[in-house]
Formats: sequence, C-alpha cells, structure tokens
Amino acid sequence: MSKIVETDLLVIGGGAAGLCAAAEAAGAGANVLVVESDLHPGGQLVKQTHKFFGSKDEYAGTRGFKIAGVLLDEIASLGGKVKICCNTTITGYYPEDRVYTAMEGEEKYYRIKAKKTVVATGAQEKILPFPNNDLPGVYGAGAVQTLMNLYGVVPGKKVLMVGAGNIGLIVSYQLRQAGVEVAAIVEAMPKIGGYWVHAAKVRRLGIPILLRHTIVEALGDKVVEGAVIQPLDDNFALTGEPQKIDCDIICMAVGLSPSTEIFWQAGAKMQYVPQLCGYVPLRDKSMRTSNADLWVAGDASGIEEASAAMVEGRIAGFSAAKALGLPVNEAKFNDYWTRLDHLRAGEVGEKIRAGISQVFVSGWEA
Amino acid sequence: MGCSCSCDKEKLFNSGVLTENRPGAILPPKELWETKKGGLVVIECPQRIPCNPCATSCPAGAVLPFKDINDTPSIDYDKCTGCGICVSRCPGLACFVIDLTYAPDKAIIKMPYELMPIPEKGQKVKCLNRVGEEVADGEIFAVAEPSKDRTLVVSVVIPKDMAGDIRAIKVVC
Amino acid sequence: MELIKKHPILEFQHGKQVTFTFDGKEMTGYEDEPIAMALHANGVRVYRVTPEMHRTRGFFCAIGKCSSCFMVVDGVPNVRTCVTPLKAGMKVETQQGKGLVPMEVE
Repeated sequence: MSKIVETDLLVIGGGAAGLCAAAEAAGAGANVLVVESDLHPGGQLVKQTHKFFGSKDEYAGTRGFKIAGVLLDEIASLGGKVKICCNTTITGYYPEDRVYTAMEGEEKYYRIKAKKTVVATGAQEKILPFPNNDLPGVYGAGAVQTLMNLYGVVPGKKVLMVGAGNIGLIVSYQLRQAGVEVAAIVEAMPKIGGYWVHAAKVRRLGIPILLRHTIVEALGDKVVEGAVIQPLDDNFALTGEPQKIDCDIICMAVGLSPSTEIFWQAGAKMQYVPQLCGYVPLRDKSMRTSNADLWVAGDASGIEEASAAMVEGRIAGFSAAKALGLPVNEAKFNDYWTRLDHLRAGEVGEKIRAGISQVFVSGWEA
Repeated sequence: MGCSCSCDKEKLFNSGVLTENRPGAILPPKELWETKKGGLVVIECPQRIPCNPCATSCPAGAVLPFKDINDTPSIDYDKCTGCGICVSRCPGLACFVIDLTYAPDKAIIKMPYELMPIPEKGQKVKCLNRVGEEVADGEIFAVAEPSKDRTLVVSVVIPKDMAGDIRAIKVVC
Repeated sequence: MELIKKHPILEFQHGKQVTFTFDGKEMTGYEDEPIAMALHANGVRVYRVTPEMHRTRGFFCAIGKCSSCFMVVDGVPNVRTCVTPLKAGMKVETQQGKGLVPMEVE
C-alpha cells in the first residue's frame, strides 16, 4: 500500500448531496475528489423515475435519474476540477493525519490525504424483526429499485410492500411501471407517512394500503413464497386474524439509518435523534461537524428528501471551499438556507425541523 | 352512526383516497364548469408539501402563484383554459382536466398516464375510481405528450355522471 | 434472462453480453453490470448459506453495505456481488459458510 492520493477536498459519496457538494466547491475553485462505492455516480437519484417535488431550484418536475445527469453535466462543465472514482469504498479514517484508506473493487487498496472532507455517505436500509426475514426475496426497497430501474431486471411476480412512507409508495408505483403486481402495502401507522399524492397515485391503480397492519412472517423454505400480515391495535400490538399474502418478493421500505461510520472514527460529536432516524453528527450552520475537517450533507446528516440533500450538499461544498481559503459569494449561502427553510416549512417537514433543532449548534469553539 | 361514517372517511383519506372536498382539492364552480368548452382543471392536492410546478407551469396564470412553496394550489377558474399542461407537469399526478360539454351524457377527462401498454385513439379502456375499481367503460379520445418527457396525457370519453369518480384507466390489450 | 421488455419512462442500455458460470452452470449476463443483478435475471435467488444456522441468503441492500450477497467469485470468498462488475468467463459460486480463502503455499 504505497500510493497516497492528495486532494484539497474529498467528497465521500457521489449521490445527490455529494455531487452537489463537489459541484459547488469546484465552482469556487477547489480541486475535488469524489469517491463512490457503487459502479456509477448518482446514488439513489439514478433509480428514481418520478418527477421531483420542490421548486425549479431543486429541479422540480424533472425525473430523479435525469437530475443525476444534470449534476454530472455541471461537474463536467467545471473543466476537470472534479475527479470521480467509482467502485471505491472508504474503509477507514485516521484523523490525526487526515488520511483515509480506500478500497477500489475488492482487492486494490490505497490512501487518500485530504485537507477537507464532505461526508455524504447517505444511508442504509432498515429491516423489521420477523421470522424468516433473512430469506432471499426479502429485499430493501432500494435493492428493488436497483434491479428494475437501473438494470431492467424483473424483480419478481408479486410484491408485498412493507411501509407507506414516500419510498414505499414510490417504489410500489415504480413496480407497476415495470409491470410487476403489488399485492398490498402494509403500514403500521394509522396514516401514510409519505406524500398524500403518492398514496393517491397507487390507490387509484387498485393497490390497497393497509394501515395499522404489519408483516408477521415470511413464508418459504429456501426463498420467499409468501407472507403473513396482521392488523395492529392502537398500541401496536397484534390483533385480529393473520392473513396470508401470495407474493415472491417482500419489499422493505421501513426507513433508513444514516451511514455515519466515518464520523465515529473521526470522534465527531454524535447524537441519537429519532426524527432523523439514527445517530447523526452535531453540525453548525455551515454543516461543519465538531471535527473541523469534516462537513456533513444529505442523508448522513439525517434522513430527508433528496431535494433537501442537494441543498445541504451545496451548503457543505460552499463552506468547505471557504475554509480552504477560496473566494466565495456569501449571498449564495443565505440563498441556500432560504431554500432549505422553504423545503422544510410544510407539515411533512415538521419532523425534520424537530430533529435538526436537537443537533444544531450555533458555532464551534476554536 | 354519524361518527363511524366520518371516521371511515378519515381512514380512507389517511390512505390516499379523497372522500370530500378539502383545501387544495377543490372543484370548479358548477355553472362555469358545465358550459366551459375545453374543460377546467381539478387538482387533488390536499396536503401542504414543498412543491409548485402546477403554479409555475400554468401558461394562463390560472393556478395562482404560491406565497410559500408549501401552499396547496388555488385556482382562478376564469383564467383556466383546460390546456392540461399542469396534468403533465404535476410530480404528484394530481391534476385532471374535466370537460363537461362534450356530449349530453358524456364528458372528457384528461389524466396523466405513465404505464404500459400505451393506448391508442379510439381504443376502449376500463375506467378506474380512486381505489382502482373498474367503474365504467371509456374510449380514448386523444393521447398527447405535452412536456415531451414521457408523461402522457390521455383524454378519455367517460359517462358524465362518473366525472367525479374516474381518476385512472386500465388498458387491456 | 428475465428483463423488463418495455418501460414507460426508462430505456435500458446494456453493454456486451457475456457468459459466466454459476455453480458450474453456464449463464449469460451483461458485462460490467453487478454479478448479483445478472444472477437475479437468471432466476438465481440463493447466493450463500450461513456458517452456523445454514440459512439461505440472497442480496438485501444491493448497494454494497449489508454483506448479505457475499459469494465466491473466481475462488475468492466474501465478494460483494451487488457492487462487483461481471466479466466474461467469471466463475461464480454459492458461498458455503465463511468460504475458504485461497492460500498459495511456496
């Protein structure tokens, strides 16, 4: 392991937040290295066939996979200031030397020395505990999207969707677009968690949304051959009759946890915030963490919509460039915050606002 | 009984089914609607979410500009031309145009369509209500792609008395 | 391969078709697409068997984070097949337990 790659700014994660951070910092003149563990940049954007919400500033009305292309075009227009390394995973961070270990593919290892870093590592999917939840065919919603929307593979014949947040609702619709039947969407809460219009979209296609229901068992010997669902009472205890569902895929859309390993290694101050779906780093208004070399953006800072992740990426990229001593236009910073505040202003943003207030610090002591 | 009825409605609404008028999901004024050739827009968007393409894309200024991006849409029906641009632009597929002047007992509804197979003009289709039940037969009047982005706007001839219920189609080959 | 034939929104651009083997059986897939995706398209759902409980496992997250899709690829165990590109002639095998790490002894 001899090679050391040096960069002004390292961006870990080439998804919605990471690409925006890279574009923003490079736009201010920084040399940026983006490392992405997947085979392509774009993160979860490339799997989204629906048009985005928000305003024009967040590419509202443009489909997610097209937005990934728009961001990559912006990066390409910056004339080689951004290098994107795919199929590369950061495996460790040594904060005292600002050195990262990186793994390209499964066998090639090297080191990266970065003056500043934006961590935009995204999130990982949660699972519920139930018998046979490890059977092949119990797939994360993101995995189902990868199969059908990225590689055009038919995920299965009939799907049981678990969770009626935006992901569960959107992926159910996408399954129908791919010609796959959705047996039902089960949701433990008394109300859908995602946007109402997403629910209306799947309801009118005849997909039932069973509120106050949960999965109690996956059926099958070696692979999923069905599922059992059951109603829940007001205290989330099982009630009523279990019902057998005919399906070969059980799609889990029960939430995400922020991917924060690097912050733990860096010794950044962390806090568990239920509204943000897990442990997240404390951050100031510039998205800087208690480790002065690290900024956070996107789902790694708390689970939220991609439109917000993109603005957070801009803020983190802007702030990291400024910390590198590059000239920046301060008006942009305030503009980004105005946009972010607007995105979070509605009733769906209430949870996010409550979460962020718990990890927001006015500044770090020098 | 009154209580259980409104509770059922609330439950349905909580799973994405519009059961009664709510802010952001308003119907056009009856008299204007019944005489307006080309139809008027019906937007079913009863939740405050950060989204404004209906307002920013409306070429007639009928969907009033939002003060806050989380506003639910409000419509100046005197300005609506029934063009259907919002039908193709709305990320939530929540805009519909309904023309009640087509025939004495028939209406035309313009709906967004993003599934396979793609129907053709003149084709018979099944019309679905807000919970996906087949409630009527319809005939495709036109298929357009106003924003050239693969969201189709299908115009379907439907029974006029079902205009308040039909919100999707099922295309069978 | 079981692929989506017509999609209302997406057009799939696949690369070169190549052959590989799964537990000795010849299969086709697209070069540089993840091994896990090629296997799923060929109807394979079981990718490994766990060391202690002998439970069958397939992929779960498909983004390289969860370790559920570990397989033996060209003799190397614990390969994350969801983020490892498929190459012509690859030898892909169901991983039994922890797998054996190949050792070259002089």
